[in-house]
Amino acid sequence: MSDRLLGIIVDSFTKILIPGIKVTIPLTILSFSLAMVIAVAVAMIQFANVKVLRQISRFYIWVVRGTPLLVQLYVIFYGLPNLGIIIDPFPCAVLVFSINEGAYCAETMRAALESVPRGQIEAGYCVGMSYLQIMRRIVLPQAFRIAFPPLSNSLISMVKDTSLAANITVVEMFMATQRIVARTYEPLALYIEVGLIYLLFCTVLTGLQHLGERKLSITAERRKDPWYRHVISQSRFRRR
Amino acid sequence: MVQARNITKSFQAQVVLRGVDLSVEKGDVVAILGPSGSGKTTLLRCLNFLETADDGTLEFDGETFRMGHVSKRDIARLRKKTAFVFQNYNLFSNKTALQNVTEGLVIGRKMDKAKAMGIGRRALDKVGLSDRYDYYPHQLSGGQQQRVAIARALATDPEIIYFDEPTSALDPELIGEVLAVMRQLAEEGMTMLVVTHEMGFARNVSNKVIFMEDGQVLEQCGSKEFFENPREERIKAFLKTLGGV
Repeated sequence: MSDRLLGIIVDSFTKILIPGIKVTIPLTILSFSLAMVIAVAVAMIQFANVKVLRQISRFYIWVVRGTPLLVQLYVIFYGLPNLGIIIDPFPCAVLVFSINEGAYCAETMRAALESVPRGQIEAGYCVGMSYLQIMRRIVLPQAFRIAFPPLSNSLISMVKDTSLAANITVVEMFMATQRIVARTYEPLALYIEVGLIYLLFCTVLTGLQHLGERKLSITAERRKDPWYRHVISQSRFRRR
Repeated sequence: MVQARNITKSFQAQVVLRGVDLSVEKGDVVAILGPSGSGKTTLLRCLNFLETADDGTLEFDGETFRMGHVSKRDIARLRKKTAFVFQNYNLFSNKTALQNVTEGLVIGRKMDKAKAMGIGRRALDKVGLSDRYDYYPHQLSGGQQQRVAIARALATDPEIIYFDEPTSALDPELIGEVLAVMRQLAEEGMTMLVVTHEMGFARNVSNKVIFMEDGQVLEQCGSKEFFENPREERIKAFLKTLGGV
């Protein structure tokens, strides 16, 4: 490897990482948080079978899942100005990503909600709780535990999808890399470099997912409780 | 205390209840017997509005409700005076035994947490689970889970408890512990309406028996009379198949 190439790689590392920290990460966090709000609302509307709103939810999921993310970005960013609606690149990206991801996560959440036995809802009614109280205290906590791994999946793929925002002039990691490539003409090394930085981000998220799962899992509750500790100590005793 | 008249209910084309009348007085322990598919469970669920009956009236504590025309608020108010024990327990899986019992008090009735904990502990003590406050449902046996469910029902201080086949999902050796708790409640004067296949319970604990078949009440009488001197041929046959209880 020539000294020049090595210099470019070292030099560009912070130039890529900084837009990553300043743009890619906030873009992901903002969009995913909004997507979760949309997902929970849309999933609950379908779960509770609210008239009209349910049809609207199905329509939303149908359209968003059936069209490419890139097309959605272009329609909102390059298309809407025709109607006099102009949105800045970053908010536009947040808007499109959250609407897009919201549709996928809504289906994940709906499946998780439906996996909680309906009998627990009836039991909640019978002890005098309202529907919303039952959802908040009984159903949603159980659904989140089930939905956590697939939602982590969605979050990880969103980190990478944010690179599409380069198409609507958001200067995130990928766009920053493209600019350095244009200047230095070292596409192979630089695109691999940015790929590795995405990999780094996703590795951190994967670690966080494992931590989260451990915290949420029923076995964690078990470790706390006296009966389980008793069983563990018994088996140790026997081994000795 | 509870008077139901002419309750009807269909699921699509299938008629499940064909005009059922029933009456429960304060302190009664009523067993609802009958073959599978006779509408026992559906009747019980209609009385607590877990199913919406198509027609009929329900009188509860002097108030009369027309089935199918009861407001959500009235249903919520009625449910605060009743409790329900399910065949498959339906404990909240994300809550401990004690939390299962206090949840309805703290969240549903806005009771002070410390007070609710006291009531919850006493209810669990009563069903013999004083050493299981902090266990999650999956750490308890079926019999223990059902006893938590009974404690949960008791804690809300109901005027009547509906039991929907409370022992049908249990292993044979666990049935006894649940029946013992129910028997104790009956002796303390709790009003209970119990759908069951336990003839021993119907005969020895309940004071009234309702026999249902094909969505209708065939017989409604004292339990002693029911077992010792059944009038209907159908009931004689039913008792005979159970091996001369």
